[in-house]
Amino acid sequence: MYRIVDKRELADKITLFVLDAPLVAANARPGQFVILRVDEQGERIPLTIASTEGGKVTIVVQEVGKTTAHLRSKEIGDALADVAGPLGTPAHIEKLGTVVCVAGGVGTAIIYPEAKAFKEAGNKVITLMGARNKSLLFFTDELAQVSDRIIYATDDGSFGHHGFVTDLLQQLIDEGTTIDLVVAIGPIPMMRATCELTKKYGIKTVVSLNPVMVDGTGMCGACRVTVGGETKFCCTDGPEFDGHLVDFDELAARNCQYVDKERLSYSMYEEKRGCGGRCHG
Amino acid sequence: MRRTVSRIRKRIDMPSQDPAERRRNFQEVALGYSPEEAVEEASRCIHCPKQPCVAGCPVEIDIPSFLKLIAEEKFGEAAAKIKEKNSLPAICGRVCPQENQCEGVCTLGKRGEPIAIGALERFAADWERLNAAEQKLPEAGKQEGKVAVVGSGPAGLTVAAELARMGYEVTVFEALHVPGGVLSYGIPEFRLPKDIVRHEIEYVQSLGVKLLTNVVVGRTITVDQLFDEGYDAIFIGAGAGLPHFLNIPGENLNGVFSANEFLTRVNLMKAYEFPEYDTPVKLGKKVIVVGAGNTAMDAARNALRLGSEVTIVYRRSRQEMPARLAEIHHAEEEGIEFRLLTNPIRIIGEDGWVKAMECIRMELGEPDQSGRRRPVPVPGSEFVLECDSVIIAVGQSPNPILTKNLPGLEMTKWGTVVVDPETMQTSIPGIFAGGDIISGGTTVIEAMGDGKKAARGISAYLQQKARV
Ligand SMILES: Cc1cc2nc3c(=O)[nH]c(=O)nc-3n(C[C@H](O)[C@H](O)[C@H](O)COP(=O)(O)OP(=O)(O)OC[C@H]3O[C@@H](n4cnc5c(N)ncnc54)[C@H](O)[C@@H]3O)c2cc1C
Ligand code: FES
Repeated sequence: MYRIVDKRELADKITLFVLDAPLVAANARPGQFVILRVDEQGERIPLTIASTEGGKVTIVVQEVGKTTAHLRSKEIGDALADVAGPLGTPAHIEKLGTVVCVAGGVGTAIIYPEAKAFKEAGNKVITLMGARNKSLLFFTDELAQVSDRIIYATDDGSFGHHGFVTDLLQQLIDEGTTIDLVVAIGPIPMMRATCELTKKYGIKTVVSLNPVMVDGTGMCGACRVTVGGETKFCCTDGPEFDGHLVDFDELAARNCQYVDKERLSYSMYEEKRGCGGRCHG
Repeated sequence: MRRTVSRIRKRIDMPSQDPAERRRNFQEVALGYSPEEAVEEASRCIHCPKQPCVAGCPVEIDIPSFLKLIAEEKFGEAAAKIKEKNSLPAICGRVCPQENQCEGVCTLGKRGEPIAIGALERFAADWERLNAAEQKLPEAGKQEGKVAVVGSGPAGLTVAAELARMGYEVTVFEALHVPGGVLSYGIPEFRLPKDIVRHEIEYVQSLGVKLLTNVVVGRTITVDQLFDEGYDAIFIGAGAGLPHFLNIPGENLNGVFSANEFLTRVNLMKAYEFPEYDTPVKLGKKVIVVGAGNTAMDAARNALRLGSEVTIVYRRSRQEMPARLAEIHHAEEEGIEFRLLTNPIRIIGEDGWVKAMECIRMELGEPDQSGRRRPVPVPGSEFVLECDSVIIAVGQSPNPILTKNLPGLEMTKWGTVVVDPETMQTSIPGIFAGGDIISGGTTVIEAMGDGKKAARGISAYLQQKARV
């Protein structure tokens, strides 16, 4: 059993948990994730490790279906059935010069440990942070602390630039900033748009992919993605890949495989809670 | 009991669920002998002096003795006799390919049907479990030495049980949340009920073995860290979990699974009880399973039970099908269609989902390295099979997650670990290996045989280490 030792609401339907998982914490590095199960009937879902400290692992979860809703309903002191990790190949961190971190939505939690590691490795870190609206922005202080510069964008203009993070990236390029690496983590359309832009300028771009996973150890191939024309298992070969080589269309299509089942499971869960999905968030 | 010659020649059939019934449920297919049937079947043994069956058993169970005990209605003692050599008898009785092993060499088989050794092993183990009649094995004194076992499949469980019985301190580390390896995630409920797997694993634990799940060795903890933590020897029984694909166009379409993914969803995550269990599985009306090993049969029969029409596509002929005979018969009885000498060349999609599979007919040519006749395509014989799901079951190889971070570990070009066949020690002193990770995939009992040998090898290694 893996006890929840802290819980914090970060933004609309986005919650931070600190879990007691000493074995995972001991070897975790930026870019890696855990697979967890909430209870004995639960499914195995991957969640990126946002940070670790003294035997504790921090994860950030956005409610998108039954499992994430169920997880968000757990309180400090409750225990999760399983937490396995750290999984995946750690991010490649080195001193390059200027690294631009492009964070979208819950990807912000994933990018934070990497921004921090790139900063510690001696890079200049510029963070571009985007969300649909102001209420969905989180980790702003944390990221500001590890960034030399941080710029915000919201789709509705409620905070920072009115538009997309790619507009901000275009601005940086137009200003003549030399960019040695872009790390883009967030929803697929955002990562795709970022890669299209950086490809034009020949800027190396790393993305972190989020396909459906089952075991997370390279045993099932549910997580396969096409990178540079080759099939890769995201859970072991990734989750980070050269964004210019990723087949985003295939990834987007594969991520839709279970939407109907997920919806069914989610609505049944909501019904059981008797709130029709309106009373929490 | 008077035995006529014809009686000796024919075995007692084990009752099983009616095919029409069982093809839609997940309950066990084979039902097992009644005590009367077991006594009668065991009494067929003529106790020939050469005992070929014992040599035919990879873990050398004293088969004639346990048969005799069953014939004498000493069922608990029969189970204890088996457990002297095999810690997982209820499992082996169900999944071993006995036709190639003990039963294949049975003297009775020369004139008639061999004794149903597997069915009787199963009977003894089940009787013991259901009657809570477990007999305690004699305890050995404590031995100096701490052993880490990676993987809780049959190989790992066997090493652990054997070493614990010798008196060593053993901890098993398992990557998944459930122990058992293929026994838990691969082989379906209707062939090997998970309660039985759980029970036999609890027995191994009762011998003093510590078991930790959710530990991926190589990620959660490294081999070096295990040595640093005071483990004196390490056994790698991580299996061959990396699924192969066909490398044909269309394989990443929605609706194409590896057998491992499909079986894991269904067996381990209980997708057949969705939405009570959270993990879904999505299967179309028409399912094609590619391959003809045990994995393919298991996938096909699971798919059938989820309500689909199932076709098995295999590029060789019936003689070459590697699955256990009983499973092929069961699959046929349940109405699975076999398209033999047929090879997929392309999966055709529509809007991102599987719609059909293009295949080509094959014929058998000259024998290849494996001694099986190599299938060659018949030019111009391409045709299309409609389907909306495809399950690929064409083999697997060891998962490199652990071995790739072990510099100095000798491997073959197939990604299997090289060991000394006597001691099972790898090229790194103190690290041993066995099971599918050295063979690339064989059987439960071969993995257990490896585990036994490795336990002896590890014990010898630890004794020697203690001396210097
Ligand atoms: C679907 C299917 C049906 C089969 N049917 C039969 C049958 O009827 N009869 C028969 O005799 N054989 C059958 N086999 C073959 C048989 O199951 C295998 O040969 C046998 O299980 C191999 O045992 P093992 O202990 O080597 O590996 P496995 O059973 O594969 O167990 C390996 C274990 O190690 C764990 N592991 C892997 N890497 C790590 C790591 N880094 N850290 C920690 N743990 C790790 C895995 O999660 C797994 O639990 C079947 C196989 C399959 C796939
Ligand atoms: S999640 Fe199963 S192989 Fe990646």
